[in-house]
Amino acid sequence: MSNIASTNSGSRAFFMKNLFAHRQARPYVNPYLGGALLGVVLFLAFFLTGNGLGASGGLNRLVVFFEDLVAPGHVNRTPFLLSMAGGDKNPLDNWVVPVVIGTLLGGFISGWLNGRLKVETGKGPQISVRQRWLMAFIGGGFMGYGARLARGCTSGQALSGGAVLSVGSWAFMFAVFAGGYALAYFVRKLWN
Amino acid sequence: MAPFPLPMSELFTKFGEFSIYAMIGFAFGFVLEISGFANSPKLAAQFYFKDLTVLKVMFTAIVVAMVLVFGASSVGLLDYNLVWVPPTYLWPGILGGLIMGIGFIIGGFCPGTSLVALATRKLDGLFFTLGALFGIFLFGESVDAYSIFWNSSYYGRFTIPEWLNVNTGIVVLAVVLMALFMFWGGEKLEAIFGGKDPRQAPRLRYAGALGLLLVAGLVAVIGQPTTADRWARIAQEKELLLNARAVQVSPAELLANLHDTKLKVVILDVRSEADYNQFHLVDARRVELKELPEMSKKLLLEPANTIFITTSNDEGAATEAWKILVAESVPNVYILEGGVNNWLAVFAGEEDILPVTVASAESLRYDFPAALGSKFKAALPKLEEYQLEYVPKIELKNKRGPGGGGCG
Repeated sequence: MSNIASTNSGSRAFFMKNLFAHRQARPYVNPYLGGALLGVVLFLAFFLTGNGLGASGGLNRLVVFFEDLVAPGHVNRTPFLLSMAGGDKNPLDNWVVPVVIGTLLGGFISGWLNGRLKVETGKGPQISVRQRWLMAFIGGGFMGYGARLARGCTSGQALSGGAVLSVGSWAFMFAVFAGGYALAYFVRKLWN
Repeated sequence: MAPFPLPMSELFTKFGEFSIYAMIGFAFGFVLEISGFANSPKLAAQFYFKDLTVLKVMFTAIVVAMVLVFGASSVGLLDYNLVWVPPTYLWPGILGGLIMGIGFIIGGFCPGTSLVALATRKLDGLFFTLGALFGIFLFGESVDAYSIFWNSSYYGRFTIPEWLNVNTGIVVLAVVLMALFMFWGGEKLEAIFGGKDPRQAPRLRYAGALGLLLVAGLVAVIGQPTTADRWARIAQEKELLLNARAVQVSPAELLANLHDTKLKVVILDVRSEADYNQFHLVDARRVELKELPEMSKKLLLEPANTIFITTSNDEGAATEAWKILVAESVPNVYILEGGVNNWLAVFAGEEDILPVTVASAESLRYDFPAALGSKFKAALPKLEEYQLEYVPKIELKNKRGPGGGGCG
């Protein structure tokens, strides 16, 4: 932040350059501290709104929003999509949408403050960047499909449902870990 | 006590409400980022026991939030009945979880963390998010082909204390203990597979663990509020409604509402089985008073256009039922004015029933030629046969609270 404050140029390009300038990335916080802070955020979400957190629901509404733009008739004929859109209903008119926008912003600001905005691709040492992109897309596809099948992702089911002791959310959480561990050995080249 | 959850759209308008959600999301994204959740190799290391950050962050968050939620509930700051508990669809949840586990180890993120990776300009986060959008699209296009499975093994709002039939406080304490045990084991695994030295981790974590245990113990000792506790908190305000007869609905209004297709009317009949079998209103459900606190959890899941009517022969038992439901935060509960006896007096023809000569309070004051339950005409009189005049008392209040839906 200091290097931005010290410039008086006021030029937008200069600001952007500084914003993304490569700075020494700070280390991550201790996981227990991060977890405790996350727990407080989750509690505040429940305390203020009665709802927990969510992510995949917001993405789902984005998808349905575009489907509704492109093929409104199809949305009107598909019961699952109709529950979110169709007719005059705006799929983006739901609390989970501002939560997702906030998540993006919060991640960005934290990355900026901590010098972690570098454009890069996180991957294991044995695969190429392009292979990693492909795997990220495929894994994302599984994740998106499974999250909707399970009616929630790690945020909405595991964290939110886990904290309020939902039986289904705990079963779901163990299933996620089971699925990951069951496959981990076979895809070890991706990460090690 | 402040109302829970905050009636935000009334207090701050819709824009303000969405701003609050955005601020919660902001804090969520910020905390995920500082914990290192934008870094896919770090997340994937969880599955090779090298770096158990995922386990530590997730379970610390879950137990901290859990202890705070149930602590706030036990001192009356928060109403657990109005907290959104993701409903249990067991097998779709487990299958979806397994698929997500596969996606996690192949793709290196989950939907929330990929957003944070995207926001910090990680290209794998971008591709993962695109993949997730594509997977969601595929789900939307395919789920209607197997919606029977997707809606199967439904247990509603089903919590671990209900499942194990154990006191909530004990479950909270046990979950904290389980998490601490997993952290202990996790640090051992990290030492073996990741070469990490647990002695270098801050000592403060022991203090944190002890603090968490103490608060969880306190939550267990205080216990969760019973129906009687909950009623005691609101009794003063609600007795006013009872005395002003603001919640006693006339038979005429109930009949009009029964014929209103925009409403779902649930009639809860708390009389004896014998009386119920003699005569009851159409679709009335018979329940014992002592079953109502349990049942209220299910009633909370009814759609927002539901009206609950409690009935007994007169009003006494129905008023007790009303108190239980209101104490358990069930919305839109009313009492049938004068009970079933009054209903019969208004709607039953003299050819169907005979008045009983000796009648005490809360007993059925009519005799029936046969115990036909709701097969009498008076169980659902025809609307057009009556000139209904009444002062409407039912106001449908849109519940906020557990209708949201976690990732919904």
